[in-house]
Amino acid sequence: MLTNRRLLSAGFVGLLAFVAAPGLAETLPSRDDPAIAAAYEEGGRYFTEDDIPTFNVAEDGTVGWPTFSGFRRYHAECHVCHGPDGEGSTYAPALKTSALTMDYYDFIGVVAEGRQKVNASQNSVMPSFGTNPNVMCYLDDIYVYLKARGTEAVARGRPAKKEPKSDLIREDEDACMG
Amino acid sequence: MKNSLLMSAAMVVGLSATASANEALQGLIDDPKQWAIQTGDYENTRYSELDQITKDNVGDLQVAWTFSTGVLRGHEGSPLVIGDMMYVHTPFPNIVYALNLAEDGKIMWKYEPKQDPNVIPVMCCDTVYRGTAYADDTIFLHQADTTLVALDAKTGEVKWSVVNGDPSIGETNTATVLPVKDKVIVGISGGEFGIRGHVTAYDMKTGERVWRAYSMGPDSDTLMDPENTTHLGKPVGAESGTNTWEGDQWKIGGGSTWGWYSYDAELDLFYYGTGNPSTWNPAQRPGDNRWSMTIMARNPDTGVAKWLYQMTPHDEWDYDGVNEMILTDQEVDGKMRKLLTHPDRNGLAYTMDRETGELLVAEKFDPEVNWTTGVDMDPDSDTYGRPAVVAAYSTEQNGEDVNSTGICPAALGTKDQQPSAYSPKTGLFYIPTNHVCMDYEPFRVSYTAGQPYVGATLAMYPAPGSHGGMGNFIAWDNIEGKIKWSIPEQFSVWSGALATAGDVVFYGTLEGYLKAIDASTGDELYRFKTPSGVIGNVMTYEHAGKQYIGILSGIGGWAGIGLAAGLADPNAGLGAVGGYAALSDYTALGGQLTVFALPN
Repeated sequence: MLTNRRLLSAGFVGLLAFVAAPGLAETLPSRDDPAIAAAYEEGGRYFTEDDIPTFNVAEDGTVGWPTFSGFRRYHAECHVCHGPDGEGSTYAPALKTSALTMDYYDFIGVVAEGRQKVNASQNSVMPSFGTNPNVMCYLDDIYVYLKARGTEAVARGRPAKKEPKSDLIREDEDACMG
Repeated sequence: MKNSLLMSAAMVVGLSATASANEALQGLIDDPKQWAIQTGDYENTRYSELDQITKDNVGDLQVAWTFSTGVLRGHEGSPLVIGDMMYVHTPFPNIVYALNLAEDGKIMWKYEPKQDPNVIPVMCCDTVYRGTAYADDTIFLHQADTTLVALDAKTGEVKWSVVNGDPSIGETNTATVLPVKDKVIVGISGGEFGIRGHVTAYDMKTGERVWRAYSMGPDSDTLMDPENTTHLGKPVGAESGTNTWEGDQWKIGGGSTWGWYSYDAELDLFYYGTGNPSTWNPAQRPGDNRWSMTIMARNPDTGVAKWLYQMTPHDEWDYDGVNEMILTDQEVDGKMRKLLTHPDRNGLAYTMDRETGELLVAEKFDPEVNWTTGVDMDPDSDTYGRPAVVAAYSTEQNGEDVNSTGICPAALGTKDQQPSAYSPKTGLFYIPTNHVCMDYEPFRVSYTAGQPYVGATLAMYPAPGSHGGMGNFIAWDNIEGKIKWSIPEQFSVWSGALATAGDVVFYGTLEGYLKAIDASTGDELYRFKTPSGVIGNVMTYEHAGKQYIGILSGIGGWAGIGLAAGLADPNAGLGAVGGYAALSDYTALGGQLTVFALPN
């Protein structure tokens, strides 16, 4: 179900492709940036003022459930190419940076559709995860986790404290995973 | 020029032109001037009789020449040398170069296959390839997309090609092939994608498929004889490849076959290991999951299994059983035995009788190994041959959604594919190891063909309370089951070792060093920093009366993923991140062959 919605949003990406064209060596947004900071919470999920999913870290270090879930799913699905903690590998980029430099919809689109950079000096291929519920059902979680890593709001390794999984998140997860 | 090369190549092969391909290859393997097979010999000892470079003069070693492969990313395996020709392979796109050693390494031919780049992300851990094989005047290239190509060794022309697997369901190749008699035996990768592992034999002349043996499934698929195939001396019984699985789970059961294969001509058996069961969430696949994690002895003509031994029933940690099987004849309790020694990912090194499959020794080859207290060695026991699992480190017993911490070794094992060497002069095995532990949290996943099927989150870190490094290079006594000495290394040692009659042992490091050590004491005798991290295997050959040492540089592979950014220390306080060195502080991508020799 959610998968379909994702595929739809992936369809939009083509149209929005002009949006994100990060310059070289730009400074990355901080965690207080309105594009990052959580403006409101809904059923255990956090969003920016533009309704983009984001992370939340309480003063005592407790992370929202989606950030923790993203940590787990990232290290099952993404880390074999992109390295631990979103840090990148010898051949795949550091996604903790991509989550800050790429537009949300572009990010979703690349995960759903894949991307290839194959030329004389590169053999870099991101597969399409559009049909993979283990990725697509948790994509917002992975996205907010990487944003938290990019701003260093969450350190490397496993977040020590987390909010419980909300009923809404549990219902959505069951519906999505089938 | 080309003609003179062809003649000399013909002369090398011509020595036994009337014999079968196997005997011709055996002749080349027996000639220490050649490096005719990735594993050094059929026994996988990676030992060379060449003794021009010795422990007394190796300190004078110099770079003789270098060659850029034109490809970045992880370079595993090594070149082959047959007469005047050296064959160099690369990771994806799997280029093969034929270099003429008599003409300063002039490129005689180059073969670059056209492969769909969509195979790249289906490869679990970088686009590595562990090298070509040679037999019968033919170079066998097994591409990432599982196409097996026979190339004319003189011209590079394609003699035949055949497709072994299907990348769209996650089947890929990283391994070399084993040429035996008139057949080429090949494996498959894809345990993280829910494939069903298999080993397949192709006719060396035509590429026609002769047999295929699956790691799990009905007896007709696994090529097991319920009466005569034995597990620890007892018949396996009917349908042993399905009756320890729930329902049809064996169909996506994993058990990939991407390691190093060995062959005993006298017993006419070849040996290899199978990988992890899919998924990494053990709760989702109850049972022993046979025959994943298993040492196999099969007949090369029929594929039928003679004996097998499942080392890690119902894997809970991703301890693939694919590492090398080293065949030696040694004295045990005053009696000469035909042995098989296998240092496994799970941290135990096994010594077995390779004729009968009897288990002789199973001991930890890293003292930090903690998931098991050891293997039951009592043949009369119900749990004979099984490892006793420590409950605290059991990801099955702790359950789904629980983070099991402090498990040693990590999923990449006390060692991975990086092959060991054995010197008959010292009777020691030289094993490159990882010294890394992990936290492991399994959770439910669903299977989608061609998509990762993992189901666990892992965090890895250097073995706590040890020397702080992530690797060791050890000398192992396979009869006593004891570490003789151990050299701490800052990073996992991901390079294959070489032992020589000059009493020198060589290996590479992830920082990029080629190191030479004393075979008896482990004392370092020489080091040279090559352009990129080493995950290739050291090889040696003699040309025009001179001994050379060759090594591929090119950081990558699993080491390039886990260690590129450094590992976090979970025990350190906040802000201590980066307390352990990042590999990226020491080396960068590359793809180069460096060849060493003594000065004139």
